[in-house]
Amino acid sequence: MSLLRVLDVSATGMSAQSLRLNTTASNLANANSVSSNREETYRARHPIFAAELNRAKGGLGSSVGVKVQGIVESVAPLNQEYAPNHPKSDENGFIYHSNVNVMEEMANMISASRSYQTNVQIADAAKQMLSRTLQMGKS
Amino acid sequence: MAINFEKAFGIHQHTVGIRSRRTEVLAGNIANADTPGYKARDIDFKDALLNAKSRSGVHLDRTHDSHKFAQSFSMAQSGELYRVGNQPDTGDGNTVDTEVERNLFMKNSMEYQASLDFLNSKISGLRKAIKGQ
Repeated sequence: MSLLRVLDVSATGMSAQSLRLNTTASNLANANSVSSNREETYRARHPIFAAELNRAKGGLGSSVGVKVQGIVESVAPLNQEYAPNHPKSDENGFIYHSNVNVMEEMANMISASRSYQTNVQIADAAKQMLSRTLQMGKS
Repeated sequence: MAINFEKAFGIHQHTVGIRSRRTEVLAGNIANADTPGYKARDIDFKDALLNAKSRSGVHLDRTHDSHKFAQSFSMAQSGELYRVGNQPDTGDGNTVDTEVERNLFMKNSMEYQASLDFLNSKISGLRKAIKGQ
């Protein structure tokens, strides 16, 4: 039944987008984190989406779900600040801020929540189509 | 001649199947709206309908390991093709246009319901004939 596959596919979309929302929340929460050395500083995290490989038994199916291939840390340069009075400053008086770009994360958040909504609506439409099919010939 | 369901339902029994497959394809496109490199797909309705009516999907058995998979460029299931994007470069190789896909999805589900309604009226006609009322 293709319509039941629709529910699976939009579920993969929803879980991928909610993971993206999760990383955004983590990035925004840590936007102002500081540390005293480069290694420990928080770096923005972003999920990598990839099209799901088709199931081996069905060959090339018509629909492809999404899968989260992994989460990568941003390689953008860290912001280094000279603050000798800061309790976290290193021996040279520097503290390191995370490389989270708040504007970028807000845009990401809106995009993720819209995509999530779209997937929910697709699942809902598929549900209605299915239930109408089940009602076929009853009247 | 007794009741022949093949004749009674006509073309609608095939269109319902193709439209439900198309629902799946479009849902896959929307789910992959943010996947880099994903290419949007759609079904060539005419091709798929012809194939469903004749049920003559070409199938070759692989009896030896060195045999190659016989697949046409249009992918395994006939009538399925990649959509031509309406902008040349989207930055990450993804050709899904969410608005277009959503509208097509909505249109497709209306057409699906229309096909279902046609089938329903055929069924109620048959029922009337059986009951003789």
